[in-house]
Amino acid sequence: MHISEGVLSAPVLLAGAAVAAAGVAIGLKRLQHERIPQTAILSSAFFVASLIHVPVGFTSAHLILNGLLGAVLGWAAFPAILVALLLQAVLFQFGGLTVLGVNTATMALPAVACAWALRPLLLSQRNGRAALGGFLCGSLSVFLSGILVAAALIGTGEAFQQAALAIFLANLPVTVIEGLVTAATVVFLQRVKPEILSSALT
Amino acid sequence: MPGLDTPLSQGRSLVHRLDPRARLLGLVLFSLPVALAGSLRAALLGLVLAALLLALARPPAGLVLRRLAAVNLFTAFLWVFVPLSAPGQALFHLGPLAYTREGAALALLLTLKTNAAFLAVTALVASIAPPELGCALQALGLPEKLCHLLLMTHRYLFVIQREYLRLLTSARARGFAPRTNGHTYRTYAWLLGMLLVKSWDRAERVHQAMLCRGFKGKFYCLADLRYQTADALFLGAALLASAAMILVGRAA
Repeated sequence: MHISEGVLSAPVLLAGAAVAAAGVAIGLKRLQHERIPQTAILSSAFFVASLIHVPVGFTSAHLILNGLLGAVLGWAAFPAILVALLLQAVLFQFGGLTVLGVNTATMALPAVACAWALRPLLLSQRNGRAALGGFLCGSLSVFLSGILVAAALIGTGEAFQQAALAIFLANLPVTVIEGLVTAATVVFLQRVKPEILSSALT
Repeated sequence: MPGLDTPLSQGRSLVHRLDPRARLLGLVLFSLPVALAGSLRAALLGLVLAALLLALARPPAGLVLRRLAAVNLFTAFLWVFVPLSAPGQALFHLGPLAYTREGAALALLLTLKTNAAFLAVTALVASIAPPELGCALQALGLPEKLCHLLLMTHRYLFVIQREYLRLLTSARARGFAPRTNGHTYRTYAWLLGMLLVKSWDRAERVHQAMLCRGFKGKFYCLADLRYQTADALFLGAALLASAAMILVGRAA
């Protein structure tokens, strides 16, 4: 879910850049030097995971997984997403320079907020509660990202109302799939290696 | 799954020989007026300049065309929806909605700007190999930790991708065929969980190996960054291009 370069207006771009800069600054400040290899390699795993296409009816959608990223990395989700967007620019030339801030903020802000708010559920030892936490975290963060993308478009001008609505609606089936995949992954991690979830959230 | 190598960063063209720092600064100078351009003329000038720059970088044409098509999926989407909500003179009606001339003009402007920005990024950023990009960003004053993250994330992309493909192969060997159902999503989720567990363990081993080799929290940049006359000329030209776009935008 990206907005490409040259679409948004200056105030929206500035607001996105300010939020992203603040989030990245907090994320980097809290990231200790000895945790850099771990954060980087987990970021690579999320980058690879975002290239997975899962079938949805007759078509397929790629996973976003920003909710799970927030649960695993905490505030480091901001720098991790910024790095992923930079790598996308280098590898696939998606996105651009001036929208970097908006795109980072729309993906990372819901991720960090949802993971933090759903912490008690995500860290629960009971499978049912962990699954519920995972579903809510995965689907809500993608849902909120869709809302932020739509808000960025509407903030640019009223000509984008239909486009924003279309993006929002197209995003809805993705939220369900993200929720299902995140729920199952959270339960898996809780059973196999709970420290992956607890390291950032506690 | 798309390939993760960077064929565009290989080359001996004029653009590839520029200092990566100069290319990044040039992109900043070029991107701002393009992103903020409000007139068709300024956007068109940006597109022409970016195309000239890309021609200098001499990338493989097929690859650029394929990526250009991917970028224009988004602009096609704008062509469908923006003219339907922009107020103005109707070109034709689609049910209760009017497809307006003003909206189409806006969609054209956005298409020109998006493509100009894409061509500039392709010429200036895709021509930098990722390890050099990390060094150049650090030399330009970005936080050291962010550049370390960038370098290491890129370094392990290929390793992790191979690991994922191995997991997927073994799932397929056991008869896994993706469909739209809960079993498929659960299988992908477990593959993903396993990928995270393996990445976690790998990170531990990598960190220990780094400590064994005396890592003290500093990466030494091996790329040799040299700012030369050509770079100064390039930045001067980028500044002129930027000023030209602003002036053309004002005059219109």
